[in-house]
Amino acid sequence: MDRNRLQHQVACMRRSLFDQGYLDEPFIQLEELQDDANPNFVQEIVTLFYTDSARLIQNIEHALNSRPIDFDKLDDYMHQFKGSSSSIGAKKVTNECTVFREYCSAENAEGCIRSFQQVKQEYAILRRKLEVYLQMVRQAAVSRTA
Amino acid sequence: MAAQGRHGGQESNKMTALVVDDNTVNRMIHHRLLDNLGIENVAVVNGKEAVDIHCSGKTFDLILMDMDMPVMNGIEATRQLREMGIRSMIAGVSTRSMEREIREFIEAGLDDYQEKPLTMSKLISIVHKING
Repeated sequence: MDRNRLQHQVACMRRSLFDQGYLDEPFIQLEELQDDANPNFVQEIVTLFYTDSARLIQNIEHALNSRPIDFDKLDDYMHQFKGSSSSIGAKKVTNECTVFREYCSAENAEGCIRSFQQVKQEYAILRRKLEVYLQMVRQAAVSRTA
Repeated sequence: MAAQGRHGGQESNKMTALVVDDNTVNRMIHHRLLDNLGIENVAVVNGKEAVDIHCSGKTFDLILMDMDMPVMNGIEATRQLREMGIRSMIAGVSTRSMEREIREFIEAGLDDYQEKPLTMSKLISIVHKING
């Protein structure tokens, strides 16, 4: 693909991720922390986020299926998930985590189950978009050095 | 007041920091932020490990202390470090927004408090406090 067109596509996709509210300010900081000495920093952090999230999602699912539900444990897991999401600028995911924690503090099991579906949905959407975006970024980087 | 970092008993002019956070993503980001400022740093995953590393004789110019951690939280760790006579700059970092909770953290012995996520500009403002 034409190098300029690829770079333009990368810029457009990046802008839309921010405009549509999937990402916010902390993601920009991750990009700024990437340099020649740490050329894959964004990908490394995002990969770590995926691994961490998979573990937490599993833990939360297990906790939601337990009877009685341990809301303190649920809140701890979601606190972790919200912390990671917020640190990478995953805005929509973070917002859904906040909703979940409100149901959790009210010990509303139905609300927790419903809002957790939303958390997982937003996480899946973000992950798909980030994977496409970072793939394009890598392609653009290769085309620059070609 | 500029503190001197010590590694294995040798004086070093490079600033040193301890990251105390149970969240893997945050630890990696804080590590990178500190690296970027040329600050040598190590990370531990809870307050007890922060206390233990000091018991082993290590000290740091700066401690970035998360509040909510398992085993020992940031409030208790800060309290214990101060009781041990640790005078390093301890900056609390947390997502908590309730004034009462933040006040409890500060009263445990913090020199500074910053709301997460930690940014380069927040970290620079903390470091400036160390350098006076």
